Amino acid sequence: MTDMLTPVLSDNWDAERPWTLESYERTEGYAALRTALGMDQDAVIELVKESGLRGRGGAGFPTGMKWGFIPQGDNKPHYLVVNADESEPGTCKDIPLMMASPHTLVEGVIISSFAIRANHAFIYVRGEVLHVVRRLQRAVQEAYLAGHLGTNIHGSGYDLELTVHAGAGAYICGEETALLDSLEGRRGQPRLRPPFPAVAGLYAAPTVINNVESIASVPCIVRNGAEWFGSMGTEKSKGMTLYSLSGHVKRPGQYEAPLGITLRELLDLSGGVREGHELKFWTPGGSSTPILTGEHLDVPLDYEGVGAAGSMLGTKALQIFDETTCVVRAVLRWTEFYKHESCGKCTPCREGTWWLVQTLARLEKGQGSEADLELLLDQCDNILGRAFCALGDGATSPITSSIQYFRQEYIDHFEHGGCPFDHTASTLFATAGAIA
Amino acid sequence: MTVTPNKAAEVTKPDLVTLTIDDVEVSVAKETLVIRAAEQLGVQIPRFCDHPLLAPVGACRQCLVEVVDAGNGRPIPKPQASCTLAVAEGMVVKTQATSPVADKAQQGIMEFLLINHPLDCPVCDKGGECPLQNQAMSNGRGESRYVEEKRTFPKPINISAQVLLDRERCILCARCTRFSEQIAGDPFIAMIERGALQQVGIYEEEPFESYFSGNTIQICPVGALTSASYRFRSRPFDLVSTPSVCEHCASGCELRTDHRRGKVMRRLAGFDAEVNEEWNCDKGRFAFMYARQPDRLTHPLVRDEDTNELRPASWPEAFIVAARGLQAAAGSVGVLTGGRLTAEDAYAYSTFARVALGTNDIDFRSRPHSAEEAEFLASTVAATSMEVTYSDLEKTKKVVLVGFEPEEESPIVFLRLRKAAGRGLQVFSVAPFTSRGLEKMHGTLIPAVPGTEPDVIESLASSKTGVDADTVILVGERMATVPGALSAVAALAGTTGAKLAWVPRRAGDRGAVETGCLPNLLPGGRPVSNADARVDAGAAWGVTSLPDRPGRDGDAIIAAAADGELKALVVGGVDLADLSDPLLAAQAVLKAGFVVNLEIRASEVSPHADVVFPVAPVAEKAGSFVDWEGRVRTFDTIFRDLSSLPDLRVLSGIAEEMGFNLGFRTVEQARARMNEFGAWDGERAPVPSALSRPSVPAPAPGAATPAAPNHPALAGSGLPPDPSTVAAGAPAPGASAGSGGSAVDAVLATWKLLLDDGRMLDGDEYLKATARRPVALVSAGTLVSLGVDVGARVTLRTDHGSVAFPVAVADLPDGVVWAPMSSGGVNLLRDLRASAGSVVRLEGGAA
Repeated sequence: MTDMLTPVLSDNWDAERPWTLESYERTEGYAALRTALGMDQDAVIELVKESGLRGRGGAGFPTGMKWGFIPQGDNKPHYLVVNADESEPGTCKDIPLMMASPHTLVEGVIISSFAIRANHAFIYVRGEVLHVVRRLQRAVQEAYLAGHLGTNIHGSGYDLELTVHAGAGAYICGEETALLDSLEGRRGQPRLRPPFPAVAGLYAAPTVINNVESIASVPCIVRNGAEWFGSMGTEKSKGMTLYSLSGHVKRPGQYEAPLGITLRELLDLSGGVREGHELKFWTPGGSSTPILTGEHLDVPLDYEGVGAAGSMLGTKALQIFDETTCVVRAVLRWTEFYKHESCGKCTPCREGTWWLVQTLARLEKGQGSEADLELLLDQCDNILGRAFCALGDGATSPITSSIQYFRQEYIDHFEHGGCPFDHTASTLFATAGAIA
Repeated sequence: MTVTPNKAAEVTKPDLVTLTIDDVEVSVAKETLVIRAAEQLGVQIPRFCDHPLLAPVGACRQCLVEVVDAGNGRPIPKPQASCTLAVAEGMVVKTQATSPVADKAQQGIMEFLLINHPLDCPVCDKGGECPLQNQAMSNGRGESRYVEEKRTFPKPINISAQVLLDRERCILCARCTRFSEQIAGDPFIAMIERGALQQVGIYEEEPFESYFSGNTIQICPVGALTSASYRFRSRPFDLVSTPSVCEHCASGCELRTDHRRGKVMRRLAGFDAEVNEEWNCDKGRFAFMYARQPDRLTHPLVRDEDTNELRPASWPEAFIVAARGLQAAAGSVGVLTGGRLTAEDAYAYSTFARVALGTNDIDFRSRPHSAEEAEFLASTVAATSMEVTYSDLEKTKKVVLVGFEPEEESPIVFLRLRKAAGRGLQVFSVAPFTSRGLEKMHGTLIPAVPGTEPDVIESLASSKTGVDADTVILVGERMATVPGALSAVAALAGTTGAKLAWVPRRAGDRGAVETGCLPNLLPGGRPVSNADARVDAGAAWGVTSLPDRPGRDGDAIIAAAADGELKALVVGGVDLADLSDPLLAAQAVLKAGFVVNLEIRASEVSPHADVVFPVAPVAEKAGSFVDWEGRVRTFDTIFRDLSSLPDLRVLSGIAEEMGFNLGFRTVEQARARMNEFGAWDGERAPVPSALSRPSVPAPAPGAATPAAPNHPALAGSGLPPDPSTVAAGAPAPGASAGSGGSAVDAVLATWKLLLDDGRMLDGDEYLKATARRPVALVSAGTLVSLGVDVGARVTLRTDHGSVAFPVAVADLPDGVVWAPMSSGGVNLLRDLRASAGSVVRLEGGAA
């Protein structure tokens, strides 16, 4: 069964102190950098294009193509910005990666910056994870001391400065243009596009913004080739990726596997839903991807497969909920998160999330009628596709999908005059075999 | 709700893009936004954050439309914000008028906007003229489905002394914050917090002190921003709106005056794309209460022969008394007018002086001035209307400011320069230091110690500034007091081909130049010294001869009256504190045998006058102001109040009693006569040259000694100038022990702030509270010499008195101190008898 796993990024996580340069270099660390520095910069871009690597931050945009949008020979500074502001409820892949092996990311940053001719790169890391910030800062320092960063890296003539920047605790700063505003010292709110960051991003210069996992995947592609990378995964979703299982699952954690694996297989690997319970619903990629249910156990977890099932692969954050969970309550919690994190710039997200929370809170208490479900769906319809950025869209996903699959459970709340669930039963400290 | 002017006329054919909106084909300029293209078809898409003069932001999402074809044959799946979407060839757009998708999207947004809005329209100042209210009716649901709790805030909060914010009404469109950042350059308000708790906030240590703050109230699409002066004063539907023109400065703003039952309730910026676009300054917006002060004159007064006291009189009696008095002083009357006159009133004074009094002793310059300036105005300014305009400021490559601080002295010129600077205009300023206004125009300082400007100006042709034919020079009225400066500016323009414009401070100044309220100039730029011009003017006035020698200027009139040489004065709208020597002026008024005073409100002159006529403020008469461009800005009467008359009616009444017919009794008649007069097409007065500087020797070559003050009161005033310590670029002047701190001699730099102690600001304490705090500015080196810290008080002293200000540091040359001319109860002319270029003793510590 374990042969379904393909540990590449996580391969060294069980090494002795894998976050140190010494440990990383023992496992071929920074070898890919030397290879890349010997290559033509366009060849590196071409290699990443050929590999079929797609953005691991959720949208799945081809990474090499994104790099290709950067105008070359424009006499402007170019920037690489790594989006390490991992804040989505359920999403927990980048932070473990940076915690366990920050040098994987740093090496990826150097190769990627070299390819797009950036002489300054930034890692915008979520400020709350102080331990990770420290690990990254130390790794960057080690890389400077080892000559992997700075001027004339390994005699190549290529210069790169790498800055680790800690965010100040706003989910919206994971949106790439809000991230740029925040990095520039402004209040993080999404920018109008066009101009796109590839043309006018950080400090109005051409900028590539990539997710941590995308950039961390670059060294292994340079090391092993595009063909090797493409040998994993599916036709349109190539390579391996980190699946983060959490919730009502026996052995939660990171499972690195080829794209296209199914939840059924992942549950097998992780020991299954917690003892004595069965799967009720799950998110394929964090709370802003529409929830799925037990009927979707065999959906291939790649961009196309999850899309065809009516959801999105997102960040592959598989939150598992068993039958003890009240879906209304879960959705209310998520919606409270979106209300709290709405930046306030545009009307539908700002006001819509404010309203959704109050309506849901009322429904959870059993106050309302079935007509309120139509009201909720109409509110979602007025937000989805009307907001300035994707945060508003994401806020509607749990609501519309939960009503789609669990309409009766909402109605049960009205009929019961409150939540029919024993909330302690869904907790981890509930006694084994607790029932709803 | 504004519609930008159709610019299609300026666009050549190949730049047109054709698209279809609501099944109607329209061709618009490339890069036009869909929301504007729809306006051209008469389709109004509802909007809040969109404003044609602000950069698109797409925040409120109210203007969503359906794009059936993006111009590439494919639809855009989601509704698009039409305020951020540029047109494309072949694009097909459906607005709420034809698309159920767009209509529902808009209604959804409107419903969201209203859930947290208090819907307190019945008590809201904006109710009745509110874009949210109006568009909720036109594009919203009839009833809300929101039954939950609304977000509330304590109300209201002051974001400045004048501007109040009711946060619960705010829909967070960010028009106010974007205006302050993009247009005014005063980003002292910003969005803070997030989600539905997002709000407009200020930084406590940097209050919202902007001369343009009132515009944020006007463009607020809800009632979130209100002014302390208008809040709860009236309802829009009770107001009558009349187009008007601002009387405060030479920017020439079109205004809208809203009034009710004979009182002005508020004033708003009018829309004139050529002049003030959609903006005005806070002075123009809020400073109108001066006309309602208790000291307003309501009936003529004459000095009673028995009691020697002023007593009320009828208009006919006052005309007769004035006429007799002036006839008795025949041939010995001087006329002093101020900056508030309309062009028609100025024409009346000019006519009255020449025709009824037979004198050229007339001067509108109720401020320090010079003969050189009079020559400059006659040769270079009069009858040059519209040779330099606002749009030239946008089109040209460089603008050089000489003795002119636009933000303080002509705020709309400042806004236009700032706008142009954002698009590549280079602004240079010959000034003693880099003002905040210059920074906001991204300008470059060309440092000049007051008095040394002529040398600096002469160097401009060859310096890196590179004044050339693509340059506009804007010179301020303050240069009148620097001998040689105006000559040098005229010479610079002459040799380089640069365009030159004179920007006075007051609304009436340019009109007074054009109508000949100067001792050397007749209406239409006709030089007094030119016989042909005199004949021409005489013919227009219907008189056989005119006095053929240039008259006395303002200072000379004052001096002559004080000496008893002049027996009578006609004084209209002059604040003695503005004059070169306020004390001498007061003496002159006392000494003159007969004084006729025309005022809106009792002035320092009125109690000493023999006849006082109440004249009408702008709201109570028609007229025109001529702005700095020479553009005639005509306005109509708002209130017909017979307790006061326009100056021109008073003057014609007096003249008739003296047996002269001035040719007009009404504003319309005066205007007709002015038009008949026309501009002089004969030989112009000669441009003043450095050689012709009449009364003041040019500064010795090489020495940057500040010139001696050229007005009699200051010449020989016994000030202690020590040239070696005040030379430009010299090391920090030698400090000497003073009382308490150290003391140095310093050259004074000064000008008036926009919001100063002027009487036309009276009556709006909120506005006054937004004035800049008066400070004295010195260089860091001079501060060290003074031995005090920033914020400490320093004293400016002359033989005539002393004044104290808190001190701050600017990039002034060492040995120069800047202080506001007339702020915080201090008037440098009155209290120190000092003006720009004077030397003052600067002491650390309060007097």
